[in-house]
This record gives sequence, structure tokens and C-alpha cells, in this order.
Amino acid sequence: MLTRLISGDTPRSPVLAALLGAILVALMFAPFLFPGVRALDTAATICIFILLVASYDLLLGYTGIVSFAHTMFFGMGAYGVALASIHMGRSYEALITGTVLGAAAAALFALVIALFSLRVRAIFFAMITLAVASAMAVLVSQLFQITGGEDGLTYRIPRELTPAFRLGEIFDTRINGRILNYYLVFFSCLMLFLLLLRVVNSPFGRVLQAIRENEFRAQAIGYKVVLYRTTATCLSAAMAALAGSLYAIWLRYVGPDTTLSFEIMLDVLLMVVIGGMGTLYGAVLGSVIFVLAHNYLQNLMGAGAEMFQNIPILPDLINPDRWLLWLGVLFVLSVYFFPTGIVGRLRANR
Amino acid sequence: MTQTLLETEGLSVRFGGHLAVNDVSCQFHAGELTAIVGPNGAGKTTYFNLISGQIRPTAGSVRLLGEDVTRVSVADRCQRGLGRAFQLTNLFPQLTVLENVALVMQARQRKGFSLFSMASAHVEVTRAAMAVLERVRMDTLRDQKVSELSHGNQRKLEVAMLIALDPLVYMFDEPTAGMSMDEAPVVLDLISELKHDSDRTILLVEHKMDVIRTLADRIIVLHNGELAADGPPAEVMASDIVQEAYMGKELEHV
Repeated sequence: MLTRLISGDTPRSPVLAALLGAILVALMFAPFLFPGVRALDTAATICIFILLVASYDLLLGYTGIVSFAHTMFFGMGAYGVALASIHMGRSYEALITGTVLGAAAAALFALVIALFSLRVRAIFFAMITLAVASAMAVLVSQLFQITGGEDGLTYRIPRELTPAFRLGEIFDTRINGRILNYYLVFFSCLMLFLLLLRVVNSPFGRVLQAIRENEFRAQAIGYKVVLYRTTATCLSAAMAALAGSLYAIWLRYVGPDTTLSFEIMLDVLLMVVIGGMGTLYGAVLGSVIFVLAHNYLQNLMGAGAEMFQNIPILPDLINPDRWLLWLGVLFVLSVYFFPTGIVGRLRANR
Repeated sequence: MTQTLLETEGLSVRFGGHLAVNDVSCQFHAGELTAIVGPNGAGKTTYFNLISGQIRPTAGSVRLLGEDVTRVSVADRCQRGLGRAFQLTNLFPQLTVLENVALVMQARQRKGFSLFSMASAHVEVTRAAMAVLERVRMDTLRDQKVSELSHGNQRKLEVAMLIALDPLVYMFDEPTAGMSMDEAPVVLDLISELKHDSDRTILLVEHKMDVIRTLADRIIVLHNGELAADGPPAEVMASDIVQEAYMGKELEHV
């Protein structure tokens, strides 16, 4: 039953299995284990990024396609929900319509980009996605009548998903709409992640890996490589859009900085590489580590700086303002010591 | 006369100023094993590339079962029955032996676009792939990564992939190159087994004369991209052109 759920893709390392189990439990009971608005926000962000990074790994790790437009698709889902909520009013229909239209638009865009560029060399695809994503980011900030420009959009979602909605108490934790919203995010991400896991372990997923390994031979045994690449691109884009929709439902705000920025694209790339390319469990570990570091490294460094305030230089080095530097160091070290990512490292130690 | 499966007509390709294959017209019949010989650089592999579609010709045509496939893609030619094994091993190194063969099987069974089923749930793909691995005596290596296989086993897997395709036209490009003395006979036995299947045709590029003598029904000689001789083995081997251009060279090597 469990192996069917994870499509037979077992962790193949006791440490990895334990880590994944711990992450699953922590996320599943996050509202009860980690009280506080900020903790819940971190947990929801982790869920959404796991889905976003996993969908990116379908392209980068499994098919060997480099795309820089992934946050554009993420943004399409998010803006879909935002625009639908504004124009259709506060309702579940708006959320569903926005989500479906966002995912459809993302898949369509991906299809057009793929058909234009995947026939030729893979590098063109990377360049074209970069160009299209930049153009889209500029467009969104210019069309402020529609998109709110740099300020982004705020909108109202159904009351049951907001903190104002109160249900009662379980284990000393107040159950409010925010927690319901969290579980909507959590279970959607879990299901979509399992779906992606199924796709990469399907006959289709096997063909994608074959294309990554040896495109020439994949063709010679009868696979139309362009069709497979295009399908993978569209699927990955639609999944990214769904992650974006969930993010928009969670934040009740969309703006270029939270969904479209190139910084997020780089973060996603780093999460895939740190976790391990070509395995969706890498997306889980990468996202958890990165989002935690992003949210808590500054605090940790602040505490450290205070602790060592009597020692020269050291407090300056771990001044909270330098957190990005240390994140960079962490990244370099992890790529140096784990070139196949954390998952690759854990599996090799078997 | 038996059925003509494959035919090339005036097939030529030019790389810059060099005519790599020059006006080669040839027919390949069902139930026949044709050895293609010629010195290095004679255009044997290029001729193969033209037939299987990796290279487009500058002139001439390729016909499969009477149908012109000159403009057809590599993948489509393969689905229509042109199967090829490569001279330089050309596999999926990070996948397992079984996955490599299963990829061929699921291509034949048109299961590539099955997105939401587990690959391991397609029992008939796995079973068919295992049957091929048993034929080449590699079934015990099923879960090995291909990159970890010995060179000889990689060559054998290369042949297994072609057998798994079960094409109308088998194209072997030096299938035993680099194999040890005890590995080569396994592959050669397989090829001679395929010969008995009378509705297929086999094209074999090979350097080893003893192999050709025992397997070939017919030999064609390519020399400087041109068809220099074509006929039964005894006749072709005795001809001047082979003595001079091919055997002569072979002797020099020794």
C-alpha cells in the first residue's frame, strides 16, 4: 500500500527514510507542534516549495532541460487566483477558476515555448525561457491597472480560510481558518507530490530519463524525443502553476517579489541542486533546508553575534546582515561535498 | 526470388568536398545475411547512418518494404522496422540493464505516454525484456547499472537492445568489436539464430574474415564510398578488388 503510494520509489537509505518520515510528521502536525504565526507560515512555504522544486526537478533532473521560466509559471498560477478573486468576488469558485485557468495558461505557454525551441539545441530553450520570463516580469510590473504593478494585489478569500474563522480548540491549539488553510495547502501539495512521484516512475518517466541519458539512442529505439520533452515541459509548468495558486491562497497577496522574481528562480535551482537532481526526495530535503535557512539563519546568527560580542571580529562575521554570505558558503560547501546532492550522498552510503 | 525488404537507390552523401558514400544502389532480401566489408573510411558506417536516418543523403533514396523513407525521422524508421545496433556502445548508462531493454519493449508496445501507471506494473514489458536478457545470458545482471558493466557486457547489451526491437531489418555495426574470445561466440550464435528467421534481413559490418565466411550469404564491398563488389562470399572474396583493397590491407595489418 505504502510502496504503491510512493510508486515503488523507496528512499533506499535508512537515514533518508528517517528524514523524510520526520519531515512528513512535522509538516502534518505543524500547527500543533510549532505554535505561532511565523512557524505556520514557514511550514506552508516549505510545502509549496517542495511542490515547486519537485516540478522543476521533473525538467532539470529527469529530462535534462534547463528552464529559467519556472517562476513565471509559478506566478501565472498565483496571479490567476488573485485576479479571479478580485473579479469574481470572495468565493471558492473564484479560487477554483483562478487555479484552473492559471494552470491551463502555464501549460499553453510552455507548449508554445517548447515547440519553438525544443526542436533545436537544448541551450536555446534555456535562453528563450530566460527572455520570455524577463519579458513577463516587465509586463506584470508595467500593466499595473491589471496586475497592481510592483505593489502586487491583495484580495479576499473565503472566510473559512482566514484567521477570523474560529472553530474551537484541540490540544490547547486554537483551530481557526488559518489552520484549515494550512491543511488545504499541505494535503494539496502532498497529493500533487505523490502524483509527480508516480509520473517519474511511470513508463513515461523512464523515457524522460532515457532522453536525459542519451537522446540519440532514445530516438534510435523509436521515441519521438521532441514530443516527450514538450509533454514534460507542459506538465512541469502546470504543476508549478498549481503551486503558485496554493501560495496565493495562503498569502492572500501576490506581487512580483513573491512569485515572479528571478531570485526565486535561483532559489529553486539551488534547492534542486542541494537536495539532489533526478530524485524527487531531493526536492523535499532541498526545500526544507533552504526555507529554514532563509527564515531562521538570521535569527540564529543574531543570537550567535550576541553570544560572542566580547570576542573581536567574530561578532562582525556572524552579524545577521551577513546571512546571505553564509547561505552562499553553505551552498558552495554542499555542492563541493555532495556533488550528487544530499540524497545522492545518502544513497551512496548505503 | 524472395521479397525485397530494404533498397537503396543511388544513395550518396557529400561532406564538404568529400563524397563519403557515392551512388550506392543495393537491395536486401528477406532471409539473407549481407556482410558489408571495406577498409576503414570506406563509408560503411556512413552507409548505415543513411539507412537508419541519422544522416540525410545529398542524393538518392532509401526504401523500406517498397516505401520511400528518405524523409522519415529516425524514430519513425525504427517503428517501421529498421533496427540498428551501434559500433560505439550507445546505451543509457545511469539506468539498469533491465531498464535499458524495457525501454525498447515499452517503445514497441507504445507505452511511452503512459504517465500515471507504475513502470513496474507493466508486467508484460518486464517479462519480454527478461526473455531477451535470458537469450543473451545477461538475466543475472538485470539490476546492474549499465555504466558499471564490463565492456564486453555493454557490447552484448547493445546487441540485446536490437534483438528486443525485433525489427525487419537488423543492422549490426561490428557487434563483436572489443569482445573477449569467450564472449564473441555468444553474440555470433545469436546472429546466426536470427538468420533462420526467414522474413527478416540482416546487415552486418564486420572486419573479421572468419566470421564473415561462416555467417554471410552475400558480401558487398564498399571502397572509397562506392559499391565495389556484390555477390556470394566465395566469388567476392576471390575477386581482384577484394584481394587488393581489402585482403591486402588486412594482411598488412598482420
